[in-house]
Formats: sequence, C-alpha cells, structure tokens
Amino acid sequence: MRYRITHRTSYAYSTPVSLCHNLAHLKPLSFGRQSCISSNITVDPLPATMHNWQDSFGNHSTYFAVQQPHSSLTVTAVSEVLLTPQSDLLDSASSTTWETARAHLQTSTDTETLAARPYVLESPFVTFTPELTEYAAFSFTPGRPLLDVVHELMQRIFSEFDYDSHFSTIATPLNDVLVHKKGVCQDFAHLAIACLRSHGLAARYVSGYIETLPPPGQEKLAGADASHAWFSVYVPYLGWMDFDPTNNQMPINQHVITAWGRDYSDVTPLKGVVFGGGNHNLEVSVDMARLEEANN
Amino acid sequence: MTNASASSDSRQQQLSQKYSLLAGAHDEIFAATGVAHPHCDYLIKALDTLGSQELTYRSHEARRLIHDNDVTYNIYSDPKGMGRPWALDLLPLLISSDEWARIEAGLIQRAELVNLLLTDLYGPRTVIKQQIIPPELVYSDPGFLWPCDGLTRADKRNLHLYAADLVRAPSGEILVIAERTQAPSGAGYALENRIVLSQVLPSLFRDAHVHRLRSFFRTLRTTLGELAPRHTDEPRIVLLTPGAGNEAYFEHAYLANYLGYTLVQGSDLIVRDNYVWLKTLAGTQKIDVILRRVDDEYCDPLELRSDSYLGVPGLVQAVRAGNVTIANPLGSSILQNPALMAFMPKFARHFLDEELLLPNVETWWCGNPNERQYVLDNLENMVIKPVSPKTGPRTLFGSEMSTQDASLIRKQIKAQPNLFVAQPSVAVSTAPVLADDGTLQPRHVVLRSFLVAEDDTYRVMPGGLTRVSPLSNKLMVSSQFGGVSKDTWVLASEPEKEESILVPAGRVRTATRYDGEVSSRVADCLYWVGRYAERVEGLIRLLRVTQLRLSEEWIINASDDYCLVQLLRAVTQQSTTYPGFVGEGANERLTHPETELLSIITDHSRTGSVCHGLNGLLNSARSIRDRLSSDTLRVISDIDQHVWTLQKSTRVSINDTLDPLDNLINSLMSLSGLINENITREQGWHFLETGRRLERAIHTTSLLKSTLVTTDKQDTEAFLLEELLQVMDSLMTYRRRYQFGMQLDNFFDLVIHDETNPRSLSFQLVKLTEHIEKLPVREAKARRPLQDRMVSDTLTAIRLATGKTLANTTESGTREVLDSILGKPLKILPKVSDALTTVYFRPEEQPHQLVQTRPGENS
Repeated sequence: MRYRITHRTSYAYSTPVSLCHNLAHLKPLSFGRQSCISSNITVDPLPATMHNWQDSFGNHSTYFAVQQPHSSLTVTAVSEVLLTPQSDLLDSASSTTWETARAHLQTSTDTETLAARPYVLESPFVTFTPELTEYAAFSFTPGRPLLDVVHELMQRIFSEFDYDSHFSTIATPLNDVLVHKKGVCQDFAHLAIACLRSHGLAARYVSGYIETLPPPGQEKLAGADASHAWFSVYVPYLGWMDFDPTNNQMPINQHVITAWGRDYSDVTPLKGVVFGGGNHNLEVSVDMARLEEANN
Repeated sequence: MTNASASSDSRQQQLSQKYSLLAGAHDEIFAATGVAHPHCDYLIKALDTLGSQELTYRSHEARRLIHDNDVTYNIYSDPKGMGRPWALDLLPLLISSDEWARIEAGLIQRAELVNLLLTDLYGPRTVIKQQIIPPELVYSDPGFLWPCDGLTRADKRNLHLYAADLVRAPSGEILVIAERTQAPSGAGYALENRIVLSQVLPSLFRDAHVHRLRSFFRTLRTTLGELAPRHTDEPRIVLLTPGAGNEAYFEHAYLANYLGYTLVQGSDLIVRDNYVWLKTLAGTQKIDVILRRVDDEYCDPLELRSDSYLGVPGLVQAVRAGNVTIANPLGSSILQNPALMAFMPKFARHFLDEELLLPNVETWWCGNPNERQYVLDNLENMVIKPVSPKTGPRTLFGSEMSTQDASLIRKQIKAQPNLFVAQPSVAVSTAPVLADDGTLQPRHVVLRSFLVAEDDTYRVMPGGLTRVSPLSNKLMVSSQFGGVSKDTWVLASEPEKEESILVPAGRVRTATRYDGEVSSRVADCLYWVGRYAERVEGLIRLLRVTQLRLSEEWIINASDDYCLVQLLRAVTQQSTTYPGFVGEGANERLTHPETELLSIITDHSRTGSVCHGLNGLLNSARSIRDRLSSDTLRVISDIDQHVWTLQKSTRVSINDTLDPLDNLINSLMSLSGLINENITREQGWHFLETGRRLERAIHTTSLLKSTLVTTDKQDTEAFLLEELLQVMDSLMTYRRRYQFGMQLDNFFDLVIHDETNPRSLSFQLVKLTEHIEKLPVREAKARRPLQDRMVSDTLTAIRLATGKTLANTTESGTREVLDSILGKPLKILPKVSDALTTVYFRPEEQPHQLVQTRPGENS
C-alpha cells in the first residue's frame, strides 16, 4: 500500500517573532516493510537555513531557522511511503522466555544486541518506580515466552486505561498515568516501555502515523488522521517487534514510522525556541491518504 | 618590617620543631619533626629565619592583597557565601623537579587517553563494541549527550583542556583521584595565588628557582586561537560564563581579562546562519571559539536541556555546521565519570598499546555485580561517589556514616547500581599550614593540575592549585566546603630565565579586546552601577545629617524638632521604605526614630535600605567585573566589607553605624572618582553616567519636594535649609557665595538652577541630555529624540521659574510653583528610565520554548 502523508503544524503568535530555531523529526524512515519514496519539509516563512542529517538513533533530523520577523510559522511535511504487508510477522513465534531474553541482552556481544543496550536503561521520560515495576510484574510470570508477556502487557494497557487527551501533558509523570489509568498514546507507549525496561528488557519509543478509516459508509475527513506513538521490544534473534497498546495490535499495515528513540524526547516531531512571539497558538493536522497506484 | 631581634633564634626553632606530623600519612614538606625533605630544606630554613610573627604579618599582607584584588569564591549553600574572599595559605607546596617530570609524563598520557576516549565515545564507540567497558557505564550517565553524538572529529584533537586532582598515598605513590573535563576550573586561582605569594615572599620565591606559570597561559591562548574554524588572523574568542552567581565567577572574569577575551553570558550570544554572533549595541560580531564555563547540557535549550536560560539556542547546530569550536566540546562531561577510572589501564592498552604511567585510586563501579557486592561488603572502608553530580548525593565516607546513612546508601546502590562508584579511603598526604596562632599544622592536600593541548601533545602547567582540608582529620577537600588553598612550586633544576612579570587582572589589554562595544546586558549593568552608587550615596548623606541632628544634646524629643521631623520624613521618602516616618504609625516612630533608622540602614532584606542598595551595586558591578580596573575592584571589595560591618551592627546602637557610613561615603566617592578617571569615554561610560545623573536628579527633586513644598514653620526653616545644603554637599558653596545667611530664593538658585553646581538639579538634567545624545542609535530611531525632549522640556520649565517664584507660599503654607516644577522631573525621569530599558537593555525578548506537538492530539 502506498500513502501520501501530509503533516502540517502551524503556530500563530500574538507579537512578532524575530528569530526561531527548530528541530524536526518528520521524515519517515526506510527499513524492512516500509520504504520512504519521498519526503519534503516546507516552512513558511522561508527559513534562512535548513540542514538535514541522520541522528544517533538512525532518524532523519531537520534543523531550520527563520530569521526574519514573522507572526506565524507553518511547517508542512509531505511524504510518500510504500508499505509492504508482512502479515507473517503476526505469526512470528518465539519461544524465548523473558528471562532468557534478559540474559541474552546482558551477555551477548553481537552488534545488534549491544546496540539495544541503551534501551534497557531509564531515560528522561521513562523512569522506574516501584508501582510501575509492580504493575508490570503481573505479566512477568516465570518461564513465560517474552512475546506472550508483551502481548498481555499491551492488552492490559488497552483494556485498563482510558484514552483521554485532556488528562495528561508532556510533563505528566508516568506514575500519575498509572494511578489514574488515563492518557494518550504517548503515555501508553512510555508506560509499556517502563514495564519492560524495569524487568531488564530493551524497549524503544516509536513515533509515526496511523491511518484511521471512517466508519462504514462515511467519507474520510482530510486532516483527521493523527500522529501516533507506540513501542517496540527487542526479541533475541527476531529483532525489534512493534506493539501498539492504544489500539491493541501489532502495527503492520497502517502504521508509518518516522523515528525511534529512547523516548519522546529523542524524537519530538517538532520543537522550537523563539525570540519574542508573546502567546502562541498551535494547530496540527495530519492526513494519511491512500494513493491510486496502491492497487498496482 | 623584619624581626631580626635577638630572641628570634628560639622562635625559629619552635616553628619547624613544633610541627608534629600526622600519623599514618606522608608529609609533603617534612620527613620528620624538624627535618625537611631535601628539596624543602631551603624553604623551611627561610621560614624559620622569618619566624612566626613575621610570617603571620605576611599572611595578613596576602589576605589584604586578595581583598584588594577582590578575589572571591562563591559558596552555594552559605547565605553569606557570595563574594567570599579566597583563602590562601602562606606556605607553598613544593615538588622536586625529578618527581614532577614523572608526574608530567603521566598526566600527558592520561590527557591523551581521555582525548581518545572522547573521540571514540562520540564516534565509533570501539570501547563498547570491543567490550572494554560495559555500555551501561556510558549510557546511564546523563553526561553522555546523545545530540552531540558524531560531533567529534576523528582527524582532530577534541579535548583541549584537562585537569586532574592528585594525592599522595602513604606509600609515597601519586594517585589521580578525579579528572575534570567539563570546564576545568582553578587555573585562574592558581595564577592569582602565585601573584600574591610572589609579592608577599619575594626573595624566597626568587631564590627558590620556581617554574613560572606564564607559559602555560600563553599556550592556552595560542591553542584556543588555533581552534578557530575559519582562517583568520584575529579569531574572536569569548569566555562563556553562567554569570555572577557561579561559584568560580571571579575566575571567569579574571581569565577573560588575563587572556584578553570578552566575558559573555548566553544571552549576549545569538546563532544566525549557523554562526555564533556576539550582540553589541553597535551590531553583531562573528565568534570563532568559545571557552566554555557553562556546563554542556545547559548550553543549548533547543537540543540540550530545554529549561536552561544559560545557553544559546542553536549552538549545537553551529557546532554541527563546523562554524564554531567550543573548548571543551559539548558532551565532554561524560569523561569526568569516575567509573571510567576503573578502566584506565585497559584504555592505555587499547588506544596506545602502552601501560598506564600515572595510576588512579582503585575504583569499583557498582554496575558490575561482583564489584557491587564487594563494595557493599566493605562499605565502612569505602568512599562512595555518584558517577555524576547530576545523579546523586555528594561524596560519602563509609567511615563517617551513621547506621542509618549506611542502610540508605546500600538501598540506593542496589536500586541504581550504575550510578555509583566506590574507592578506598586513602590517607592522603599532609602539608603544614600556618595557623592563626602562628604555628604550623598538618592538613591534607590535593593538587589540581592543569593541561592544555599543544600541537600533537599537551602542556602541563608547572604548578597548580593545591587545596587543603579544613581540619587535619578531615579527608574531604573541596573549595565548596570552604577549604584553603596553597600556591604550588615546581622546582626547576636550574634557574628559569626571567620572563616578564605576571600582570594582575584588570591591567591586561590585548588587541583582540573590543572595549567600546557593549552588549545590552553590560549596558544595563553599567547603568545600574551608576544608579545604585548614586542612590546609596544620596541616602547615606541624608542619613548622616539626620543622625547628627538626632544626636544633638538639646534634642529631647525628636518629634518636637521641626527640622528633624522633616529630615526623617525625607528619609522615608528617599528610601521608599513606607510607612516609616510618613504613613501609619509615623508619630510613634518619630518619637523614637532609632529603630526605624537602624533598619533602613542595616536590613538588607528591606527594599530601599542602604544595605539593599549596596548589594544591588555589588551585584551589578561584579557582573561586569572584567570591565573594571583593579583599583575599582579594590573599592568594590571595600564596599563589600562595609556592608558586612553594617549588617553585623543590627543589634547595636544607631551611632555605631556612623563610622561605617562615613567609610562608605569615602568608598563611593572613590568609586565615582575612579570611574571618571579610568573608564574611557565610550558607550559604556555614557550608560553609567546616564544612570548616575538620572538618579541624582530624582534624589535632589524628591528631597526638596518632601521637605520644602509644605511648610508650617517658616521661621525655623533656615536650619532645615542648612541641613539640606549639607546633604547636598553645597553648604560651603552657599556660604561663600551668599554672605547674608539663609534665603530661600538664593537656596533655590544654587541647588535647582545653577548649572555650574555639580549637585544642582539643572546640572543633572543638562548632563543627562548630553549623555543620552551619545548613546548609540538603534533601529528604533524614534525613541532617542523622545527621551531627549522629555528631559529638555523639564529643563526649560525649570529655567523659566526663578528662585523667588519657587519660594512663593500660599496662605495654606504650600509652595505651589515649587510643587509643580518639581513634579515634572519626578514624572519624566522614570519614563526616561523605562525608555532606556526598552530600547537598550531589552532589545530582544528572552528566548522561550514553543509548545511541542504530542502524538494523538490534533487540535
């Protein structure tokens, strides 16, 4: 399936901004089932400088600065991505128990496992608390295959937590999310990551998009899709396996990945520092459209 | 002053004979009581000859020099810790040339290793891939900055500065106990120690064949100059400081001056077009190299810590683009992780195929399960350290822990083992210090050595900063705990060629310095130095006159003396310390004014008090200390001392404040004299003078308005006029000019109209107009004429009103013309100040973070 994703972020300022510096992670990755055919970021007003590079986690990073006075800023990323369904992933079985996986992480010295080691540790948005560890422990029964554990964790979060975009902010501690059983996809991803890492496993944060289909019989609204977040767990010999606790599924056919990292702080889609500006208003729209060629 | 008296022989014997060595520790100077190590023999003989009395005298002399140079070290936890004088012991630490050669080679090797490690960690990470160190050691340290990954250059030396703390074990072996790579501090203090000691013990220093420090700083300057990414004969280098509140701010200003670099804070810099620019009121200048004293994670709120106000947004990108070099580079704080010391021998083999020359103290990283168990089993013999100051409590000594502390630290180690290291407690060597009673006492010493990159190797400062533990049984040595320091003398095998004498801070000017250009922040500080100095001086003059009248013996009840009451009311109005002698409860206070007056003088927490104003002056002045001459710094240090004296007199009589207030007037007069004589007539001076004139205009206006607009006792007003002339330092002029006693119209002519009297209101307004005219023009062109006109309109109104009309009184006893004329400057001047602030001091708003988008939240 081929998609065109249009991700538009607009800031409107109450007083002019004289200078802004921004950092974006908006260009989709290419790997296995996903290949990014094209991706362009346009900024209005025209930035004086723009620079692309690959960051430490392998993501496409973009820096730009607008240096003339402006009262609004619009950043539009348009990307075309081809997804090759790999439904056999869903059947991938691994009898590796979580204890074996943990031991493998600690002792194996192959490049891939060593590269997974940073994802076992705490990170700015993923800190351990006894409550979190205890919540996770329910699923970590002795001798259980890792994939079973993760499936159950995903399912528990899906069924026990309410999706509530008004409850949490970026600054809400994970423990509050756990206590109130509310949050958004970002919180659920961080929560699952904390559960896994606190048991010695490697888990990373995945940032991207999900296609939302309209209810049967209705037209799809442009811009109604969303940027999305889920998590990935490192399974020895299989590699990184994705799980979406918000939707209780393994992302295969309708998830597009832009970036992965230890947590949200490594892969924030767009952040910026401005001089001036007073108050500002933020508007975001995402559109993930299937392209005609999709059937070819 | 020497003490070559007949009795000196017995005293000489006592000094070295009475020194008792600390059991179980090596001593750096003495091999046994009364017996010096061979290389220290000369020193001890010389000290014995001088005798304890003379040494104590010289020690006071050193303290005076330190005070005069305003050498300070800020202690964070101490409320009185800001501007704390640096402490230097008179006895240097001596190191023989043979031993130094070995230390030097070891230090160079370690610096090279740390440099290679830095390049590796932010590059290929072979030490992780080849399993030389566990990845967690690196990744769990918040000092490893992911956004800086890939910014080191494999083809270049990345570590420019390196420092190591050295101790000597009882075996005599020298060990490294800590390494400093983030922004090694102390080299400036070492230099200042040397300057002071060579002045206090000149002949001893001259004859001892001590290696000079100057070449180290010359290398530092050359190295930093060569780091400029673009080819230029005149690279622009700045020293980036967190500001006057930082512990080592003195050193930042001192080094900036010594090296000839501009001292800047993050807000003075801006990133545009991927370059770093210094903002001045005259425009911007491209910066090539930043000597960094701000912790790396605070350096860029865009890519590093978003809550930092100390950094420059976009700085990481400027580095990535290769347009600026930062020394040391962003990300180098990871190298201070003490856990890395456990692997130094392996690094030596991995990177250099060599054996480690200079060992460090044995180190166990608790992230390794076996080592952790060993640490937990032997906790009482261990020194426990966090891997980074960001991750944990400060260093703890197992031997000093309570059972409770021990079980807490055990719990913490088990919960987050990666974040702790342990080292054995070492009985660090001692050296004698001169105690207050003139005897020698053993104290533990730690030597910080400094290295700077030079060509393809490193240059070691031949000397360093020796720090001394506060008590002989205390092993903790840190300036943050209020330790004392020593100069460090590395002895040359032959006399070193005399180089030009070290020049103290404030007297060095080099071609790359751009004095005329001031940033908004510096202009703001200069303006407030002018305002605070004038404000405090005016208030003290008023207080002094008031107090003298209060102490007249014929005053029985203060509230009965019209003149005194008017003065007291003026005190409240001048200092804006309402209600005071004006508002609610005024009658009570007027009857017994002493307590209120004392509070207006000494209560530093009370806005408007003398001490409050002085602290404002000290803060503003120290924030621009790199622009002040050494004489000015001495006056600043004096003022600081007077503030201390005043604050200590809270519980005593008001009369005890007279002397310190007199001293303060003298210091403030010296300050204004020095400023007039020493500051070049450039932008900065105009800002300072604008502040001074504006404040004096406000002061004079408000004094006259609060005392003379309403009058119920015109018959006794002559006394009041005399006192007011005293406050305005114009009494002599008045008497000389007008022979016929006090007359109000003459009074007004002198203090309001006379444009030749430097104390008159008109004089201030004329000068203010002149200075404002000289301020640089910025884009907001409309603003300056506006300020001009505001002031000149007021001046015209004053010129039109004669002394006689001002003196006119209505039947109700009000001088309406005076009231309206004085009302104008009081209304206009604050507006002028606001306009200056808008145009010059806050030309741009502070940077702030944009709200970040969260996934799943479309608005």
